[in-house]
Amino acid sequence: MAASETAGLRGPPIPKPPVHQQVLNSVPVAVAIYAVVIGLIVYGSFVGARNMGYNWQWYRVPQYLYSFTDDGFQWGEISVGLVATIRLSILSFALATALGLVVALLRLSGLVVGPAVAVAYLELIRNIPLLVLLYLFYYVLGPIFGLDRYVASILTLAVFHSALISEIFRAGINAVAVGQWEAAKSIGMSTGQAYRYIILPQSVRFMLPPMTGEMVHLIKSSAIVSVIAVAELTTIGRNIISDTYMSFEIWFTVAAVYMIVTLILSVGVSFLERKYTVDQ
Amino acid sequence: MSSRPIIEARNLDKFFGKFHALKDVSISVRQGERVVVCGPSGSGKSTLIRCFNALESHSSGTLVVDGIEVFEGSKDVRRLRQEVGMVFQQFNLFPHLTVLENLMIGPMKVRKVSRDQAEETARKYLDRVHIPEQAEKFPAQLSGGQQQRVAIARSLCMETRIMLFDEPTSALDPEMINEVLDVMVELAETGMTMVVVTHEMGFARKVADTMVFMEEGRIVEVAPPEQFFTAPSSDRCRMFLAQILEH
Ligand SMILES: Nc1ncnc2c1ncn2[C@@H]1O[C@H](COP(=O)(O)OP(=O)(O)OP(=O)(O)O)[C@@H](O)[C@H]1O
Ligand SMILES: [Mg+2]
Repeated sequence: MAASETAGLRGPPIPKPPVHQQVLNSVPVAVAIYAVVIGLIVYGSFVGARNMGYNWQWYRVPQYLYSFTDDGFQWGEISVGLVATIRLSILSFALATALGLVVALLRLSGLVVGPAVAVAYLELIRNIPLLVLLYLFYYVLGPIFGLDRYVASILTLAVFHSALISEIFRAGINAVAVGQWEAAKSIGMSTGQAYRYIILPQSVRFMLPPMTGEMVHLIKSSAIVSVIAVAELTTIGRNIISDTYMSFEIWFTVAAVYMIVTLILSVGVSFLERKYTVDQ
Repeated sequence: MSSRPIIEARNLDKFFGKFHALKDVSISVRQGERVVVCGPSGSGKSTLIRCFNALESHSSGTLVVDGIEVFEGSKDVRRLRQEVGMVFQQFNLFPHLTVLENLMIGPMKVRKVSRDQAEETARKYLDRVHIPEQAEKFPAQLSGGQQQRVAIARSLCMETRIMLFDEPTSALDPEMINEVLDVMVELAETGMTMVVVTHEMGFARKVADTMVFMEEGRIVEVAPPEQFFTAPSSDRCRMFLAQILEH
């Protein structure tokens, strides 16, 4: 019985990225490449803008980040949009993680239908473009189930990202040695207890890096909900532009804000990761 | 020693796909009996004792362990495993937990005893395996011999009535083998029922009540140690003994 329970859990270990990828991912190289690329883009757009006679108005941008009025310090529209984006991303990510875990466990379960249902779900999600999925949730499921645009957005992002997250869970769970299952079982633990106390705590170490990548990915793809006018960073950026025509300045600023947030996230998690490896 | 059988296997067969790993194996172990199983690699020793705590399920035959009938899909498997401890060749300690937590997690989560009581039990058995000072360390900080003694203590903390050992010393450096065997000898002296797969014949002579020799999925010889080591009835067994006693 136990043999069949654990047999499906053996899987290929998480492959190490190829050497050229490891070099490209090392911090100094990555930063250098980043700097060069950003430099080129900035230079290129300034030259281009000058040639088309664009009127730069950077001095008008800070007020959209923050301002000092008679009432004291106030956050600007872009900052408010950023908070909305972060809130939307956190909610979606939490739901995506829960969904992903369920799908992964279903896939690994000894149940006959479990893996089939999980694979069908994964294939379905993987083969629908994010934008179409959003339209499905908002224009089709929305009216049927009474979902407002915010809920439809959260569901779309959660469902879309749950597919990759479930693969991350599966790889993380498979990366734990089979002997750990046997030890847990041999002291009388149920499958659920073994997951909770023995297997999942050990897979966190394997899952942290790809999960961060997925969170970054989600924050970026959350911009898509601007097409159904959910108030978040991208939508607000677009609104500001339609009021002010400062499209270069605002899009640069919005891009920089996304970048800063995702960079902070990556750095934070790499600290966490270091702590985890030290503990063990 | 009572004569009541605590493990009773009748005509066990085990297939891995088409491969016939156990062939019509019958064996009975009395309460308090110490059985040492040996035999060449691939002869089915691990498979047999892993059937005893349902880590493998036998394909046919009957198996009753501590009054519990073992069969595929039985609801009693977890109850069975609470009565049957297992020590693995690779220790299989939980690397994310301290030594003390390794010992406490089973009693607390499976037997639902209080944290205080689990800790008391854990410290008692850590004493028993002579490493009370390692309680707060993580497994990776211990030597192989110490890790295996923690693994033995982890099983003991479940207060099982039967202990299975699958080559407990073959992953150890030679200088650490004795510290583990000593603990096992002491355990044998407490009257624990033990089934030990090992090629440590010194240990076998010291503690075994019964020697079992397996080959190609069959039990070829069952005899008390005196007879087993001096006059084995099968040639295969004699050759095997000559080979391992040589060095
Ligand atoms: N899960 C499995 N799937 C397929 N074949 C297996 C499996 N487990 C064991 N076997 C096969 O069954 C046979 C007996 O294995 P087993 O591990 O019981 O031998 P053993 O006597 O313990 O050997 P060793 O001394 O090498 O540990 C071997 O030929 C092995 O290849
Ligand atoms: Mg073996």
